[in-house]
Amino acid sequence: MTMKTLSQTIISTMRSAGDSVQSAAEAAQSALPMNVLLRGAQLYDKTRRMVTGDDKIFTETPIPPAADVALADIDLSNPFLYRQGRWAEYAERVRNEAPVHFRPESPFGPFWSVTRHADIITVDKNHEVFSAEPFIIIGEPPRFMDVAMFIAMDPPRHDQQRAAVQGVVAPKNLREMEGLIRSRVREVLDDLPTDRPFNWVQDVSIELTARMLATLLDFPYDQRRKLVEWSDLAGSMEQANGGQSDNDEVFRGMLDAAKGLSALWHDKAARRAAGEEPGFDLITMLQSNEDTKDLIDRPMEFLGNLILLIIGGNDTTRNSMSGGVLALNRFPDQFEKLKANPDLIPNMVSEIIRWQTPLAYMRRVATCDTILNGQFIRKGDKLVMWYASGNRDERVFDRPEELIIDRKNARNHIAFGFGVHRCMGNRLAELQLRILWEELLPRFENIEVVDEPEYVQSNFVRGISKLMVRLTPKAEVS
Amino acid sequence: MSSVTFVTHEGESHEVPLDDDRSLMQIAVDNGVPGIDGDCGGEAACGTCHIVVDPAWTDTVGMSTEVEEEMLAMNPERHPTSRLACQMTAAEKWDGLVVQVPEFQM
Ligand code: HEM
Ligand code: FES
Repeated sequence: MTMKTLSQTIISTMRSAGDSVQSAAEAAQSALPMNVLLRGAQLYDKTRRMVTGDDKIFTETPIPPAADVALADIDLSNPFLYRQGRWAEYAERVRNEAPVHFRPESPFGPFWSVTRHADIITVDKNHEVFSAEPFIIIGEPPRFMDVAMFIAMDPPRHDQQRAAVQGVVAPKNLREMEGLIRSRVREVLDDLPTDRPFNWVQDVSIELTARMLATLLDFPYDQRRKLVEWSDLAGSMEQANGGQSDNDEVFRGMLDAAKGLSALWHDKAARRAAGEEPGFDLITMLQSNEDTKDLIDRPMEFLGNLILLIIGGNDTTRNSMSGGVLALNRFPDQFEKLKANPDLIPNMVSEIIRWQTPLAYMRRVATCDTILNGQFIRKGDKLVMWYASGNRDERVFDRPEELIIDRKNARNHIAFGFGVHRCMGNRLAELQLRILWEELLPRFENIEVVDEPEYVQSNFVRGISKLMVRLTPKAEVS
Repeated sequence: MSSVTFVTHEGESHEVPLDDDRSLMQIAVDNGVPGIDGDCGGEAACGTCHIVVDPAWTDTVGMSTEVEEEMLAMNPERHPTSRLACQMTAAEKWDGLVVQVPEFQM
């Protein structure tokens, strides 16, 4: 692009960004003000990127063995560590040689790594000293993604917002959902091919997660894959966590999400007004609560809360479903143990979540000078609590690299975090995984991984993108 | 021998030996009382050891402390006498204590 056209582009982009901000004010009362808000913010971000010449930040290069790298040079934020199978050795070195480790430079700025189970609990518990604001991923999402999510708010604001949606995962509600989730799991499993290998991630993990999310939100069932699409886009941004989504694509996705979710809200309101029985879904819950019944009028908060539940429940359960199959293939004696004793399923579910640790970390910022395990942390420093390392901590878990389905302290895993932000969906996730394995065992003799898995590029999501498997059905008992 | 009774939300009673100097959460977990998981190992950081104390006993065992409130405050089944069992160190004079185990454990 020549200088002239570049500046013209910037000017016209700025102008339309300005227009959008104006129309945002005008449209504040319209049905879809968040469209406009998002568009203004996206144009701002785009313009900034053009001016600063930011382009792709990450290019994959082979990572050397951890033993060949000086401790001070270790950068756990490298989004290719997990994909290249180097994550475990790097984390182990840091955990055992410098458990609270400072990295002065990275594509996401300086940060501390907190790698031991006990230190992570200390940080996660103490929200007064270690704030979850403004973001819980290591980098900064683009401006238009600054939607208000309570996972990145401190008390008291956090508690108020969480209280409004917590009921959707109340035990009573989960019992209501269980039957529906189970029948949807059965449909998926009954349709799986048994005569050829297929991608477990696409056909099982993603499909089941989409169905679960559609149940949770009472989202139009035939459009359920949209939930996955939105969440995938929002959860893999380069500046945020080293992911792959292109900003324009994310933006289009968020616009689509804003439309789809507000349509869902209005449709639900109309059906309720016409006398439909209240459901056990999230939207009904929000509309029945005094504090949130007008949430749609606070678009960024509305979008934030819904997107949080969609993202929170997407990658995490998906990768636990894939990770379980992978782990049982890596440790075949455990598969035998499981078949001999299906009562181990609930404990195995916790152990799979520990082994996979679908979210590698949460980020915090120190609100004052403090000491953590002997290290002096300054006010304003960024800390990354590496759950993925805490779950491999030799001080807590014996033979931590192994999947041991009857591990005594499997439930002490840290994959759901601890403290006020502890995963709100933990019981739902466990329920979903338990049902999956309860339905798999009577159907299949073996689930064999037939090819090396492919992994996601991210420092946040520990994801499996492809897992080719072949099923052996149980012999028919006639 | 002294004992403590946990009553599940389904109304089932589990009377178990009360070892003093251990937390009620540890006692429940070691005796396999259903509904108490103790996921954080007693750090008041998970809310999976939520119990409700019979009001007749609150003078003896005390009310929730500030650190317990952090996790209890978000629980929709929270009662005025709710506690986190991991923050309650059993004492001899607790013999005969009865607590409810609410279904909602975070
Ligand atoms: C195996 C599956 C899952 C894992 C490993 C997981 C992990 C996590 C983690 C690590 C946190 C932050 C904890 C902290 O900061 O201390 C979190 C928070 C959260 N998760 Fe999950 N999650 C899972 C499933 C789900 C599901 C199914 C939902 C949907 C209902 C969900 C919704 C949330 C929400 C709303 C929060 C924010 C809680 C808050 O800030 O108070 N998660 N999750
Ligand atoms: S055991 Fe976690 S809060 Fe008591």
